[in-house]
Amino acid sequence: MSFFIASSPHEHNRRQTSDVMRWVLLAAIPGVLVQLFFFGWGVLFQLLLAIVTAWATEAIALQTRNRPALASLKDNSALVTAVLLAISIPPLAPWWVIVIGVAFAIIVAKQVYGGLGQNIFNPAMVGYVLLLVSFPVQMTSWLPPATLSDNDLSLWQTLHVIVFEYTPSGFSVEQLRTGIDGVTMATPLDTVKTGLTQGYTLSELTAKSVFQGIAGVGWQWVNVAYLVGGLVLLQQRIISWHIPLGVIVGVAAPALIAHSISPDQMLGPVTHVLSGATMLGAFFIATDPVSAATSNKGRWIFGLLIGLLVWLIRSFGGYPDGMAFAVLLANLCVPIIDRYTRPTVYGHGGSA
Amino acid sequence: MSEYQQLAKQGLWSNNPALVQLLGLCPLLAVTSTVTNALGLGLATLAVLMGSNLIVSLVRQWVPDEIRIPVFVMVIAALVTVIQLLMNAYVYGLYQALGIFIPLIVTNCAIIGRAEAYASKNPWQTSLFDGFAMGLGFTCVLVLLGAIREILGNGTLFAGAELLLGPWAASLKIELFQIDYPLLLAILPPGAFITMGFIIAAKNVIDKRQKMHAEQPQKSVERARVTAQ
Repeated sequence: MSFFIASSPHEHNRRQTSDVMRWVLLAAIPGVLVQLFFFGWGVLFQLLLAIVTAWATEAIALQTRNRPALASLKDNSALVTAVLLAISIPPLAPWWVIVIGVAFAIIVAKQVYGGLGQNIFNPAMVGYVLLLVSFPVQMTSWLPPATLSDNDLSLWQTLHVIVFEYTPSGFSVEQLRTGIDGVTMATPLDTVKTGLTQGYTLSELTAKSVFQGIAGVGWQWVNVAYLVGGLVLLQQRIISWHIPLGVIVGVAAPALIAHSISPDQMLGPVTHVLSGATMLGAFFIATDPVSAATSNKGRWIFGLLIGLLVWLIRSFGGYPDGMAFAVLLANLCVPIIDRYTRPTVYGHGGSA
Repeated sequence: MSEYQQLAKQGLWSNNPALVQLLGLCPLLAVTSTVTNALGLGLATLAVLMGSNLIVSLVRQWVPDEIRIPVFVMVIAALVTVIQLLMNAYVYGLYQALGIFIPLIVTNCAIIGRAEAYASKNPWQTSLFDGFAMGLGFTCVLVLLGAIREILGNGTLFAGAELLLGPWAASLKIELFQIDYPLLLAILPPGAFITMGFIIAAKNVIDKRQKMHAEQPQKSVERARVTAQ
């Protein structure tokens, strides 16, 4: 008779990678639905295109590397990359934007490094940065939320815009973005960024229609939905609370200080936390188990660093939002964070 | 393999300054956004490399070991200044396009590396040829990198060739396809790094394949011997 002897830690965690990834996808559903409501059918097409591209490129890359393609496809990690990138880009971006982004993310950011678990950068954010740097016009053409816009695009019209860059009746995305008063409507953060450089004060800018509510029409609910999804992930113990809380504190604390010093130039903490990609980034992107820091203390530092970088880029950088850059820069710091936050092994070292 | 064949193989492939030694990456990555720029800088580097190898090899008997590096640097700097003035005089457009990277050829480690590793120990004939092979290898990689980046970023090849070769070369420009939105990343420095990585990977794959092919016949011989026993 033989006893099964396992060494410590005796942890009972039977979750496979595919389960973890499936939970991440399920938790993203509320956010995706809210985005669908405010930004139209485009979100759906971007998701479909992204998923098909991700599966195809992952399969081809694995085939070239002589790895079993089907087993790796089943772990859902490519799916998560695809979904994260698809919900980060403007819903009416032309089809080739998402295809290039996902293909680059899977091939260059993931498979070239050796596949799942080996990548040092978050693949979805590498794809996003490639797109943002290469196609700035397409990547910043966010439509105003549906409740503010007078042209509701049908399913067919949306498809037409994504494939041909024009609606059947000949409107370009740029024209669709223009409101009834002839002014192009941008995202709340973009409005603030360009407005401040033109010499407006914050109180003038937040009086605009995109800022109805707490932190911008549509965007605040998108963020709330991702917060709900993130709380589900926390409850299921898919992610630990250190990184998300670190990101939120990292954004909110400097925003609070700056806002109280210069209330007409610096956005307040609530607006920062509930606009742009804050919640999506805090709960879904920064918590990527492969490219994030590993110890709890390290996760705190990692999250705070991301939050601080996001705030810095939004306030003083050239881009309205900076989640992707912040995550990549923090990914770069992970080896050094992990080195200095390694937990002490019981019985070795320590202060005693 | 004769000495010259050996040198040619080293410079162009097995010890290529850009792909294997990874020397001179600064100009390599900075100016290769078009084939024309790449070719211009490649030829300038080739000329400097041949000249410096020749001179260093000729004076090697009289240079004390202790101060050889400053002497090499002086030789290279003088040659680069000559090249810079020549380019200023005859290919002014390209001179302006390459800008600071022409004087920066002085700091190209591939040049001082060859002076130190080869020219200071070998007669002038082989040193001159070594400079030629290394420079040609460097130029080839520059042009390849420039071509890939220009195609991805602009959809063209040989754009602005008239800057280097005179007015007739304007017709060399090939418009492969028309892009409304160029892949800006390919033109920007990160694109150069990523493309360079892929080129090095491709070279390693080719080397690995060749090695496998070279090993195969040996194995079959071994097997034949075993069955014969």
